[in-house]
Amino acid sequence: MTSTAPTDADVPSPVLDGPPERAPRRFSINLRQGGIYVAFGLIVVLFTILTDGALLQPQNISNIIVQNSYVLILAIGMILIIIAGHIDLSAGSVVALTGAICAVLTVNMGMPWPLAVLVTLVAGAAIGAWQGYWVAYFGIPAFIVTLAGMLVFRALTLTVLGNQGIGPFPDQIRTLSNGFIEGVLGNVGLGPLGGADLLTLLVGVVVVAGIAFTQWRSRKGRAGYGQTVDPFPIFVARIVAAALVVLAVIVQLARFKNLPWVLVLLAALVLGYSLLTNRAVFGRRIYAVGGNLQAATLSGVKVKSVTFWIFVNMGVLAALAGVIFAGRLNQAGPTAGNAFELDAIAAAFIGGAAVQGGVGKVVGAITGGLIMAVINNGMSLIGAPSERVMLVKGLVLLAAVAYDVWTKRRSGVRA
Amino acid sequence: MADDILRMRGITKTFPGVKALQDVALSVRRGEIHAICGENGAGKSTLMKVLSGVYPHGSYDGEITFEGEPCEFSGIHDSERRGIVIIHQELALCAQLSIAENLFLGNELSHRGLIDWNRTNHEAAALLERVGLKENPTTPVLDIGVGKQQLVEIAKALSKEVRLLILDEPTAALNDEDSAHLLDLLRGLREQGITCVIISHKLNEIAAIADSITILRDGRTIETLDMKVDDVTENRIISGMVGRDLSDRFPPHTPNIGDEVLRIEDWTVHSTTQRGRVVVSDANLVLRRGEIVGLAGLMGAGRTELAMSVFGRAYGTDISGRIFKNGQEISVRSVRDAIRHGIAYVTEDRKRYGLNLIEDIKRNVSAVGLGKLARRGWVNENEEHRVAEGFRRSMNIKAPGVATTTGTLSGGNQQKVVLSKWIFTDPDVLILDEPTRGIDVGAKYEIYSIVNKLADEGKAVLVISSELPELLGLCDRIYALSAGHVTGEVDRAEATQERLMQYMTKGQE
Repeated sequence: MTSTAPTDADVPSPVLDGPPERAPRRFSINLRQGGIYVAFGLIVVLFTILTDGALLQPQNISNIIVQNSYVLILAIGMILIIIAGHIDLSAGSVVALTGAICAVLTVNMGMPWPLAVLVTLVAGAAIGAWQGYWVAYFGIPAFIVTLAGMLVFRALTLTVLGNQGIGPFPDQIRTLSNGFIEGVLGNVGLGPLGGADLLTLLVGVVVVAGIAFTQWRSRKGRAGYGQTVDPFPIFVARIVAAALVVLAVIVQLARFKNLPWVLVLLAALVLGYSLLTNRAVFGRRIYAVGGNLQAATLSGVKVKSVTFWIFVNMGVLAALAGVIFAGRLNQAGPTAGNAFELDAIAAAFIGGAAVQGGVGKVVGAITGGLIMAVINNGMSLIGAPSERVMLVKGLVLLAAVAYDVWTKRRSGVRA
Repeated sequence: MADDILRMRGITKTFPGVKALQDVALSVRRGEIHAICGENGAGKSTLMKVLSGVYPHGSYDGEITFEGEPCEFSGIHDSERRGIVIIHQELALCAQLSIAENLFLGNELSHRGLIDWNRTNHEAAALLERVGLKENPTTPVLDIGVGKQQLVEIAKALSKEVRLLILDEPTAALNDEDSAHLLDLLRGLREQGITCVIISHKLNEIAAIADSITILRDGRTIETLDMKVDDVTENRIISGMVGRDLSDRFPPHTPNIGDEVLRIEDWTVHSTTQRGRVVVSDANLVLRRGEIVGLAGLMGAGRTELAMSVFGRAYGTDISGRIFKNGQEISVRSVRDAIRHGIAYVTEDRKRYGLNLIEDIKRNVSAVGLGKLARRGWVNENEEHRVAEGFRRSMNIKAPGVATTTGTLSGGNQQKVVLSKWIFTDPDVLILDEPTRGIDVGAKYEIYSIVNKLADEGKAVLVISSELPELLGLCDRIYALSAGHVTGEVDRAEATQERLMQYMTKGQE
């Protein structure tokens, strides 16, 4: 009983790797990354139709931004933590505690507002350092550390506030949370659209010019290195599309009051943190730690230090959100920030973060947050009861992650 | 021929980038012990996974007939229902559960939804007796040794009324006594009419126990030998497995050896998991510029532990000894220290310790040397792309581009990415731990060429390998390690497998 054997002349040919036939896979990856933006666009269109256009009215756009700014700020911090493979359940309690600290400093102690905000941010950093220490250097899972933090910081909030709200806040802090940039250049007429603030419009033009310039420079740089770049018409089309979206939002805002200060702040944060995650060595380290902790360790990454600092960062951003939230309500309350961490976590996962870590984008988390914001706002505009809003948000979160898992399985990444 | 319990015909299984099996045939007679031999990566485990349904019907080509009926298993449950049970290299037992609980896991003896513990423990005891294991069925599995755990696995298979038992490297982790006991047990099972397929690297065991042998090489069936008819010797099997001279498998290389680069003196390392256990004891090693040095040793000899402890104490506690670089003593207390001193360590387990599998080639290549691509903490992504693209070409990494996720690459190409990552740091000393593990033959040759080139560039290379032919074909000098001690040092000219094996098995008082 002998089995098949190759003839002796048959020189043992090594089993070579097949030709790379992976074009479809690349496409599906792009689809996955782009899916979230497409979904956002569809949800906006859907609610625009359902609300007879009320969703995109100038005042409503402004409301969506101002009402959700603190969750979006938290989402930026949260996505970094989730990329590193951790979680923060304490963010809402930290928002409450830092809001209370800011209130005590400004209202009770009469500290000048810039100093008070600075001290509050430092307090946030200290809170983050406390949690980061236990997670990074002591090795307790972040889930436990921040669950404990959720209780501890809520308890401290109640201790500081004595179970009652403190207010009112100085005008400057309220302006930061609720106010608009002053229209020092006056209004211009936009024909059928009515009057609009000139300064805001100019800012919009500058932003669009900035986008176009940086995109063009990046494209030139890549081409200079001999990398393939998108065909020129597609490149232009993308910039025009981005410019139209930005300008549409800007025009609506200009028609209402002006640019909200929180939008300026948020834009700066998104830009800064996107750069940090994409381009900075520190940002790359976060992905390395979350993608494969052991490999990162053996590559000389200071994994403990990275983990520590992203928690410090989260503390600072939570403090910022705490100040803005308290300023918006004009009072620091004991129940402030309740369940904010869940909204921030949901935003990160809807925005494409992976539960195992290593994956995620700041812009994705912001988009995820905006998807929930639009659902919230749109459903309340059409008079849906809050339990139904909650139901839809829950299902959207599940669907987003299910889609993510499905695409990953289909692309067949061997782990 | 008519009495074949199992026939596999024309089995072809492809992974992205690699043909793991090509038109493989396997026939097993009823009631025999059938051995499957082949080098690492020859396709033995893949074939068994096809048979047991781990790779479901449809994911491979070819046909399987078991007891005369065609099989189309869609999962391991289907094959187990037909009486085919596979015991994997890594045992699949729940350490915290008792022996009895493990035996009936997924197949619990219950009455109206409640587990009948008396019956469970009673039947477990009967099964343990069949495999000759004298342990209380209520003992947690973690409290018994690996050899006994192996017996528990076999008892578990018996509880499922096994007709064909597949053992993947059953004795790899066992000592001689446990191995002998296991082989006796297999002979006993044969008398009870249970057919066995055994995958093993230990040719003496195969010669002692098998009735017939199928040899795989590079994903193909080479031949099937009948122990009674054919005149089978170990050399006969080896020539079938290897199939060609060593000279063909290794690129020619003329070493150009210079001064000493790294010297390790009196290096002692204690285990991180077992308190007080010495894993490396008073080791002394010297690496020279342009030299490829081998480190041979059996499993558990402490090769990886030695390498990783030198690499910035990435392994071990209570480490003592001195490291000299270019004659100067250096302090290497962290991985960052090691990298700063020009030491690179390419891990034996690239998926767990070497790569970020969800990131692309570019970002893996730059992971260690990112500082070289950054100014004031900001990465120049264009430069990063250029560097990665350069490695993709020079290392012949088969991927559409450097934006390809490393998780989708074949083993050989993944290994080239890990190598690129370390070469980019421009190290003076490269420690390569099992650099060709799980890589197909063609890619191995490429890796050897890369190692030679690194040595020609004046780097000192330390290669750790379980495959002696690899060390003999590649290295200029070889150290042998046994139970944590350096027991021998052989130059290329004097090195033979037998001599190395003597050193590697040399006992310590």
